Amino acid sequence: MTTFGWPEMLFIFRSAGWTLLLTVVAFGIGSLIGGTLAIMRLSQSRILRALASGYILVIQSIPVLMVLFMSYYGLSLFGIELPSFFAASASLAIYASAYLAEIWRGSIQSVPFQQWEASSSLALSRAQQYRYIILPQAVRISLPPTVGFLVQLVKNTSIVSVVGFVELSRAGTLVNNATFLPFQVFSVVAAIYFMICFPLSRLSRHLEKVMNAGRNH
Amino acid sequence: MPAVTIENVHKSFGAVEVLKGVSLSVEKGEVVAIIGRSGSGKSTLLRCINGLEACQSGRIEVAGHVLDQDQKHLRELRKDVGIVFQSYNLFPHLSVGENIMLAPRLAKGLGGPELRRMAEEVLAKVGLSEKFDAYPDNLSGGQQQRVAIARSLAMQPKVMLFDEVTSALDPELTGEVLIVMEDLAKAGMTMLLVTHEMNFARNVADVTVFMHQGRIWESGPSSELFATPKTPELQAFLSAGVH
Amino acid sequence: MKFKFNFDPIWPELGMILDGALLTIGLSLGAIVLGSMLAVLLVGLKNLGGRWVGILVDAYVELMRNTPFLIQLFMIFFGLPLLGIRMSGTQAGLLAMTMNLGAYAAEIIRAGVESTHKSQLEAGVSLALTRLQVFRYVVLRPALAKVWPALTSQFVLMMLASSICSFISVTELSGAAAIIESRTFRSFETYIIVTLVYLVLALALKSFLLALGRRLFPNASGMDRIEARGSAV
Repeated sequence: MTTFGWPEMLFIFRSAGWTLLLTVVAFGIGSLIGGTLAIMRLSQSRILRALASGYILVIQSIPVLMVLFMSYYGLSLFGIELPSFFAASASLAIYASAYLAEIWRGSIQSVPFQQWEASSSLALSRAQQYRYIILPQAVRISLPPTVGFLVQLVKNTSIVSVVGFVELSRAGTLVNNATFLPFQVFSVVAAIYFMICFPLSRLSRHLEKVMNAGRNH
Repeated sequence: MPAVTIENVHKSFGAVEVLKGVSLSVEKGEVVAIIGRSGSGKSTLLRCINGLEACQSGRIEVAGHVLDQDQKHLRELRKDVGIVFQSYNLFPHLSVGENIMLAPRLAKGLGGPELRRMAEEVLAKVGLSEKFDAYPDNLSGGQQQRVAIARSLAMQPKVMLFDEVTSALDPELTGEVLIVMEDLAKAGMTMLLVTHEMNFARNVADVTVFMHQGRIWESGPSSELFATPKTPELQAFLSAGVH
Repeated sequence: MKFKFNFDPIWPELGMILDGALLTIGLSLGAIVLGSMLAVLLVGLKNLGGRWVGILVDAYVELMRNTPFLIQLFMIFFGLPLLGIRMSGTQAGLLAMTMNLGAYAAEIIRAGVESTHKSQLEAGVSLALTRLQVFRYVVLRPALAKVWPALTSQFVLMMLASSICSFISVTELSGAAAIIESRTFRSFETYIIVTLVYLVLALALKSFLLALGRRLFPNASGMDRIEARGSAV
């Protein structure tokens, strides 16, 4: 039985770095997929809309743990054994893509229809409308919920410990198994998560206030 | 002893003084109409009487209660002073009967078949007996306002305040509410009403008070006040065809 | 590339999957009921208590919302025994889910309560009701009706999060899946079946909760109209 000393603390802090890296990579890839899905959801093609809706509905109706296992074991069916970091990032990216797609679709649809009318009256093509008029406004609208989702993503990285990847939660478990000091160990772990998530939550709330103030004409 | 005594009341919202020394006295059974332009302080005065607004200085005594900011005192006061709002403010998730019975049950501890009978009685007084189990969103504006009056009456108040209660109604619906108010007046209720209904003020109110820029500009028996307004402001107000 | 699916070893284990699903449902419904009660209590305390009570409630809610459920679960399951409180995995799971859901639901309900139109509060106090009476009889039900869809989503999310209880060896649906997988070595087949069960459970729970909302708050549709009209001042 070891004591909960500096080596253990450092180990936990280093693992927090992996949590952050996982979050960033998952968010990046998830954004690309999610953005595509959002556009698919809004396209003129019924098939594209249905595919995107189906994907989003499924991902949003199953636990993140299942997304993780399905992608992990699904890939191994193809004989692909990914190192755990990539498997974890890929799964989290899939999870993120569904939620981000919904947030962004909602944001695009929140742009007042008068903006569509005005921009098409100026003879802009659909792509130009999106690029110059709609998306800039949609991005502003989407900031509070996107930052809010980022908080969920950080917390959900804790689940990838089940495939053996050592991020913050797994590090905590390992140290607890060695020291049998759950209150101390998990308090430190919780505090680190809190220090990452709480500022993001506040940012999201602040962005929402700023947005609502700007909208009251 | 008068039912309502208002002595030199001053009230400000931030830097803006809305009531600049208002004094008024209302006898038991008297009906007082308060008229004036928007911004003259009429509604604020009314809301000071039941404590929804606090005045910075001056004294108000109503139905034997002196106005202060103590929550317990205010609750006791509000058992004897009823108010009806411009926007009726019925509780949408409760039926008409439940709206009426709620406060007597909780604040006065009434219950059982007696409570229901009392609610039915008071609902009959406003002419809506058949709506006991209906919900507010199924009623017209005039009906909702009459239910609001019944809800206040159920507390058996000594004084009733009416804050522009017909202003939010379509013209066809104001009549049914004014009839109820006239019946109440005839039955001897002490009433203070802020209103734009000049005919009602002239015919039903014993005293009419004209407020202007936070002060009582002119007041007197209704028939006299409307027939011979003394101040130019009141003359201008009456001839501006607010009715 | 081997695409050999072999579901045969799974079928005998269906009973275990069913038991797991039942435990998932039980944990979820328990957490929903207890968590809702906790949430209303927290909102009431914040609304009616003084400044310090409000700060304590806020601190609890922020703590639960900014740390992972897994860590909360570990704190309870590994930490409480050190204080002399022995719990089974299932009990720890239910407690953690209740505390977590209570915080999220409190946040949602609080938003509903704070959006109550001032005129409703004025009507309530003008009828000589105490602040507690106004909260309980005038404010709470319309607020719940207004935020019911958001609450429903949160409840479904909590049901999905119950899968995390498998980390402390609770044999709810994911826990059952882990056991079956280790017995049959058919990982993909096991998890695709369990995933489908979750999908069905999530959709069923959502429909059930929306229908429940229609029964609990029958006059919700009229309330928006009333509130809109009620603000015609």
